[in-house]
Amino acid sequence: MDNIAGQNSGGRVAVNITVLVLVLLWLLPTVGLFVSSFRDRDQISNSGWWLAPMAVDLNFRTRVATDGAREEGGVFVLEGNVFADPALAANFPDGAGVVAAYGTRAVAPTEFVAGEVSELRGGGNLVVNRDGSYRIEAPEALDRGPTLYFEARTPPKFTLANYQTVLFADGMDRAFINTLTVTIPATIIPILIAAFAAYALAWMDFPGRGLLIAAVVGLLVVPLQLALVPLLRLHTDIGIGQSFVGIWLAHTGFGLPLAVYLLRNYMAGLPRDIIESARVDGATDFQIFIRIILPLSFPALASFAIFQFLWTWNDLLVAKVFLPSGADTQVMTVKIADDLLGSRGGDWGILATAAFVSIAVPLAVFFTMQRYLVRGLLAGSVK
Amino acid sequence: MSPVLQGILTIIIGVGGCVGYFYGSNLLLDKVIFPARGANIGRNINRANQVRPWLFLFPAVFALGVYLAYPVVGSFYRSLFDRSGANFIGLGNYVDLFNEGTFRVAVFNNLLWVLVVPALATFFGLLIAQLTDRLRWGNIAKSLIFMPMAISFVGASLIWRFVYSANPDIGIINALRDAMGLAVLDPLQVQFWNNFFLMFILVWIQTGFAMVILSAALRGIPEETIEAAIIDGANPFQVFFKIKVPQIMGTIVVVWTTITILVLKVFDIVYTMTGGNFGTHILPSYMMTYMFRDDGRATAVAFVIMLLVLPVMIWNIRQARAEMR
Repeated sequence: MDNIAGQNSGGRVAVNITVLVLVLLWLLPTVGLFVSSFRDRDQISNSGWWLAPMAVDLNFRTRVATDGAREEGGVFVLEGNVFADPALAANFPDGAGVVAAYGTRAVAPTEFVAGEVSELRGGGNLVVNRDGSYRIEAPEALDRGPTLYFEARTPPKFTLANYQTVLFADGMDRAFINTLTVTIPATIIPILIAAFAAYALAWMDFPGRGLLIAAVVGLLVVPLQLALVPLLRLHTDIGIGQSFVGIWLAHTGFGLPLAVYLLRNYMAGLPRDIIESARVDGATDFQIFIRIILPLSFPALASFAIFQFLWTWNDLLVAKVFLPSGADTQVMTVKIADDLLGSRGGDWGILATAAFVSIAVPLAVFFTMQRYLVRGLLAGSVK
Repeated sequence: MSPVLQGILTIIIGVGGCVGYFYGSNLLLDKVIFPARGANIGRNINRANQVRPWLFLFPAVFALGVYLAYPVVGSFYRSLFDRSGANFIGLGNYVDLFNEGTFRVAVFNNLLWVLVVPALATFFGLLIAQLTDRLRWGNIAKSLIFMPMAISFVGASLIWRFVYSANPDIGIINALRDAMGLAVLDPLQVQFWNNFFLMFILVWIQTGFAMVILSAALRGIPEETIEAAIIDGANPFQVFFKIKVPQIMGTIVVVWTTITILVLKVFDIVYTMTGGNFGTHILPSYMMTYMFRDDGRATAVAFVIMLLVLPVMIWNIRQARAEMR
């Protein structure tokens, strides 16, 4: 009853429609990428992905064979069907199709409408019918068959070829493994370090505690850009250089403020009684932490782990700076941004597929663990 | 050694090292340095408890210090030197930057981003949170709008290429223009407005974040205040703007500032969509043009970003301290 337009059924319909439109708008670009990744290369560049389920007009060429020529009342006649060309069998498996237009020059492949009689260069005339059958009449025997260009409807074609190229030929498999190699240690290592610190900040009393918490809140917003130059320098000086070890350390450092902040907020909210009674029973802080706090904080640990995983998986900046740029250390984001966009800039099927491969894992994590993600977000910003 | 093995080894060393460190250092403290026995048992236990927090904190404080606190100082120091790093030139890098046209464009664009992206993302987030509040399929709708949060900026940029592409068979915008008989154009080359097209990608990603948090805040509003307003004859719009929004103002501000901070860090979208061409540079992407080429300039740009973040940082710290009291 307190909805903006919830008081009458008309209002409710309006709300439903508005939300539906917004959801479709939000979903549309991603659907485009997904559909495109399964489309045939020629079809992508000839019709929009929103027309993917429809037939596409594509241009083909075929060379007419001269061996079937016969003489008919003083002219040489050559008859056949363009769809019979074995080279086109992949597109017209049953040897039939519909020709919309045809031509004899590569620059004007659709010069004439199907069924229209046209003049042949070098004398004679030519007709290609809608069913693909053609008839060439020439005043003298042709030594070379002319090349015919024609536009035909091709049925919608979906293929896994893009995935095959991306995963096995374009080095994306390597990039995928590299991304995993960066992500997993960079997610696991900060959790433990942060959990201990968060416990100390939440449940131990010592001078300077408030100051440290304030410092963590402050560091939460330090722009990463500041860290790049000095840290790369530091890594080079201590012999790590640009390497996986370097990026693990960097991600650990950059993820810590959020980890400490989230975990401290969560741990501070745990019931005091449990911890007090454990203390009274003679448990040390170490035991309290391992036996009580850590298991109880599982939801917060999970939400940080998801954050850190998504962040490191999706990161481009840190990977560009702290990893060498060679193919055997490239992660997927770098591979797409620096490699594929350059070399495969016009190959939309490959680009769409590569993008989809790189977002598939985060999306799976997102949809299975959304509960923890939302909880973490709320712990981080709503009081 | 293959990176995968190296990774597994790192996990083992990292996790094992952490556990070993915490366990070992506690053991050392309790059994060797301040043993809880002998003549000074009381004093020893107290001392051990004074030291213990720092044992727990040390790895985190050390990592934070090296990876976040030191770079703030280190970057500023480096920005006072020239390209080679050998000659001190004071604020020379900053002066050069301000004299450079591209830098001024980047600052201007960055201010646009900071104004537009948080505003739009918060607006859409609030709108969707309110509309889906009592909807039967509201959770599905929210989940779908939240989804772009999981997508990388690079992935999002590629997704949006299928919207912005100049080829009417790829880009939806040009397909629509084509259908309406308008000439095809490349949206990303339309000076000034192309910034907004890039911004919309980030709005698309961040709206879900704003929506989730604001939706929780809306649910937290006490029912009585709303009921009272309705009984007093408030219409739905008045209920929303005069009763609900003021009560969640604090959360709106938090969402707004969080997105603002993010906007100041994102370089991926500009980098993959236009590479900063056609007048679309923002500070983070502009910094990357100097990265690996002129560290003095790069750190100077980074420090300018830091200065822009500073007010939000101070505000955040004050909020956090106020909450703890």
